[in-house]
Formats: sequence, structure tokens, C-alpha cells
Amino acid sequence: MRFINRHPGEGGRWLLSLLPLVLLLLVYGVASSLRLAENADDKLLPSAAQMVDAVKQMAFTEDERTGEILLWSDTAASLKRLFMGIGIAAMAGLCLGIAAGSFATLGATLSPLLAVLSMVPPLAILPILFIVFGLDELSKVMLIVIGIAPVLSRDLEHRAREIPVEVLVKAQTLGANSWTVVLRVVLPQLLSRLFVALRLMLGAAWLFLISAEAISATSGLGYRIFLVRRYMSMDIILPYVAWITLLAWAMDHALKVLNRRCFPWSEGAAR
Amino acid sequence: MISRRILAAATLCLAALWGLPASAAQKSDFSICWTIYAGWMPWDYVQAKGIVARWAKKYGITIRVTQLNDYVESLNQYTAGKFDGCTMTNMDALTVPAAGGVDSTALITGSYSNGNDGIVLKGTGKTLNDLKGQNVHLVQFSVSHYLLARALDTAGLRERDLKVVNTSDADIVGAFATPKVQAVVTWNPQLTTVAATSVSTKVFDSSKVPGEIIDLLVVNTATLKDNPALGKALTGAWYEVMATMRAREKDALTHMAKASGTDLAGYEAQLATTAMMYTPAEALAFVTSPRLPETMKRVSQFSFDKKLLGEGARSADAIGVAFPGGAVIGNARNTRLRFDASFLQLAVDGKL
Repeated sequence: MRFINRHPGEGGRWLLSLLPLVLLLLVYGVASSLRLAENADDKLLPSAAQMVDAVKQMAFTEDERTGEILLWSDTAASLKRLFMGIGIAAMAGLCLGIAAGSFATLGATLSPLLAVLSMVPPLAILPILFIVFGLDELSKVMLIVIGIAPVLSRDLEHRAREIPVEVLVKAQTLGANSWTVVLRVVLPQLLSRLFVALRLMLGAAWLFLISAEAISATSGLGYRIFLVRRYMSMDIILPYVAWITLLAWAMDHALKVLNRRCFPWSEGAAR
Repeated sequence: MISRRILAAATLCLAALWGLPASAAQKSDFSICWTIYAGWMPWDYVQAKGIVARWAKKYGITIRVTQLNDYVESLNQYTAGKFDGCTMTNMDALTVPAAGGVDSTALITGSYSNGNDGIVLKGTGKTLNDLKGQNVHLVQFSVSHYLLARALDTAGLRERDLKVVNTSDADIVGAFATPKVQAVVTWNPQLTTVAATSVSTKVFDSSKVPGEIIDLLVVNTATLKDNPALGKALTGAWYEVMATMRAREKDALTHMAKASGTDLAGYEAQLATTAMMYTPAEALAFVTSPRLPETMKRVSQFSFDKKLLGEGARSADAIGVAFPGGAVIGNARNTRLRFDASFLQLAVDGKL
């Protein structure tokens, strides 16, 4: 049978999907024990036991100085920034996308502006952001907003343009004015698309969050990683990275489920 | 077929992950890394002018001197075994390689900060007591943090009297330009820029605690022991450049100034706050002085208080630091940082 026509069975699929992960862990385990055999205090590739100890310290023991459990206070601080950033960016992206995509007059101004803005790398203009938004929570949230809102709005603008003209005309022959068309035709279609776009932008949002926390902060997941990086505590960094991956995956999954619940037609229409 | 390919890929990954732990054996090729700082610019000069190559050739070895852009990354690369030696401060030598189990030797004690690190507050006529209740921006767990702790000691304050905000050294100038940031601790060249912006007061600097923030070239102890040629070549090359710097040779200084992104005047201003030890005799006197163990004791205590000596550390004495003549502070059975005088002595005696 040709390779292209070969399909793995149920068990085979599981095996194949787990294979790379198992291999990675195996490679890590061997490399780690080799390094630790040479130097028991090596910090680059800590053993599983060392990471468990670090997790115990970070996730289940109160910090002596602040009396907080560091992993949870870091997670709370980061998620608050992330949710605010994503929330504001989603609102802004939706409004701008609808305005630019549904009204040619507004689009004439907004489209080129958004196209240019989405190309500006926010991390390169950090000092300006500092002056405008300060160094506190606001600047961290704004970095996420500035990082993802223009791309979100550009995506939504294109989706708005893809709505068939017939639908818009039909709504108008039924007596809808501009406002009603936006509210009853464009918005519902775009809301579903917003969920999809947000899922794709989650990675970027995390990236901007971690960068913002690396620059100046007193708590947060990115703050902790960059702080302990100073003395190479990979035993803390690796569990934190795993935790961030888990959180990001959970958010992605939640958005997917939410999209299916709120807009069951969206995926049905696609396939 | 496929399994063989997987095996090959796995081997490749393994090799990449494993890296090249500095093998303690006789070898002939060495690499040293350094980062930009006033007291380390000679490393650029020795490489660019072929001075280190000449000295290495004399002892039948080759030495590659590489500049890295990120200081913390250079520490990590050295600790992970990618380099045989690296430039770093005495505190970082204790908390990164030594705490990471890499036995390291301070081969060249090149200079100490004599005003290169400072605490700056906005406003005129401010004193250390004005730090109370402030948000103080600095790179946490760095020498800035140590300087702050020393400054607070002298003013009878404690760290809980203020709030430390971890701020990247690359962004500290931008941070100080924002209205809300009132206090920063940083090093040069940022310190000069920060002290010059708006109306500000430098309330404390490292010249008040001279000789405590020391800039070293640290080399893997096992590598050095098996290859004394490395120590001889590096020491020889270093003091050859020091002689030209001491004579204030314009060409050499201009080269270093350019490489550090400033001009001759700017670089000389930075050197004015860096106490360079231009002769091996000065460095020898410094590393054999009884003040050095006292300084390292303070640094160990600070590092332990901040939990930088590792999870296993039960006290500030967890890691032994050895000094010329055999004196050791801390746990002698766990000596991981050694100040060396043997190569300096050779240089003083003119035997290199």
C-alpha cells in the first residue's frame, strides 16, 4: 500500500501522537542524568526529583517574606493582566474591524492605518510606551493590547468584507438601517470569527505578557522566570514553562468550546 | 530504515542537549567569553590586536575570546560548560557558577567598582533616608541589589522599608524618564545617563564601599589546573594591555571606547569610576589583602539571605571560598570559588 493511503488505527494513532513526547522526555532524562553524574549541582538540566522539590517550594509553601504562595500569586497577577489585555484588545478589534469592514467611508481611513499599525513591533517602541502609560500595570496591559488589537481588527475587517453582499442587501430590503445591519447581520457573524482569531492570537498575547513582565514587575509568571534565570534555576523555570503551556492550552480549549456552544452553526457551516 | 533515522535524530538531540561539559583534561583550544563593561573592554582589544593569539602561541595553545551581548546569558553559558572562562563580578561568580557546582578560579582580578554603581533619586538634596517607602527600580539579585543592601545598612534602614521592582538594565534609563519612577539603582553607562536626566541626586555609590564589587575573569578550576598554559597566556596578554592603558595610549583607549559605544572622553569618564589594577603587583596586593575575605563573607551573607546559594544551602557558609595562602571562608570541603595569586606572582616576577 502506498504511504499516502495508509491510515493508523485507533491504538496506532495514540502511539504515534505520544511517540515524540516520550522520545523528548527520554532524551531529556538521559542528558540530565549524564550532566548530573558529572556535577551533582548542575542547574541546566535538573532531574525530575529536583523539579518536584522546586514545585513544592513554589506551589505549596508560603514564601517567608510575603506569606504568599508564589506560584499562585504569580499566576493571579499574570492572568489578570492577560485577561484585561485580551478583553480590551477583543473589544477594540471588534469595533474597529466592523467599522472598517462594513462601512467603506470609515474603511478608507481605518484600513491603511490598521495595516501600518499592525506592522509596528511594539517591543521596539517600549520607551515611548513607558512614557505614555507609565511602568505599572497599565503599561503591561497596553503592551498586550497594542500587540494584538491591530492584527485582530485587520482579520475581522476582512471577515466583514467576506459577508455576501446579498445578505446585506436582503437585510436592507427588509427595512434594516445601517445600525440594524451591523447589529443583526455583521456582529453575530464576526463574533464567532473573533473567537477563532483570539485562539490564534493567544500565543502572541502570552509573548507580550512575558516580555512586559521581564522588563519591570514585582510579580507574575514572566517576572519569576526572568528573576530566577539570573542564577539559572532551571528547576523552577521548566515547571513554570509547563504551567504556562497548560494555562495557554486550557484557554485555547475554553475558547473552542465556548465558540461551539455560542455559535454551533459556525463549525457546521465550515464542514 | 525509519527506526535508524529516529535513532540518529535522537542521538543528535542528545548531543545538542548534553552540550560540551568542560572536560578536565589536557587540551589545546580554549574559549573565553566577555561582555561590555568599562573594566572588561581590554578583552576586546587583546582579541582584535592579536595580543592574546600571540601569548597563546607562545605557550602552544589557541584561545578564542568571544563577546556575548547578554551578561546573564554569558554567566549561564560558562556555567553550562560552553566556555572555559568568562568575565563576571565576585558576587555573580559565587551565586551562578559556584552555586551551580562549577569549581571556578578568579584568574585575573582586573578592577573594582569605585563609583560605577550608584543609587539615584529624583529631586534635589535627597538622602538615603528618602528611599523609605519608595519603589526602587533595579535588577534584582544583581550587584545593584547588593549595593542597595549595603547603602541601607549605612542608613539604618531595611529592605522591607521600601519596595524593590525588578527592572531590566536595558530599560532602566527609559524607566527613569517616566514620572512615577522616583528611585533607581544601576551601573555605568546607564548610571551616568540616569544621573544626568532631569533633576536628580546620586545618594550613594560604590566609591563609599570600595573594593566590594570586583570585576574578575573567572576560569574553570579543573581546566586551569590541567592547563596552566591557559592561565599564563591570559595573564600575560592582560597585563600587556594594562601597561598600554596605564600609559594612556590614545589608540588603545580609543579602540576600547569605540567598542563600548562611546567616545574617548566618555570612556575615560567611565574609567575614572573604575579602579583598574594596572600592574600585577596591585592585583596581587588586592587578592592577598585580609579585606578580600571580609568582602566575600558579606557577599556570601547577602547571597544566602536572598536564597541565591541554592536550595541545599543551610547557611551563608555553604560554599567555600579560598584565598591565596590557603585561607578558606565557609565550608572548606565545598570550596567552589578560588582567588588565585600564583599567575599574578609569575607576572610580578616577570616569569611569563
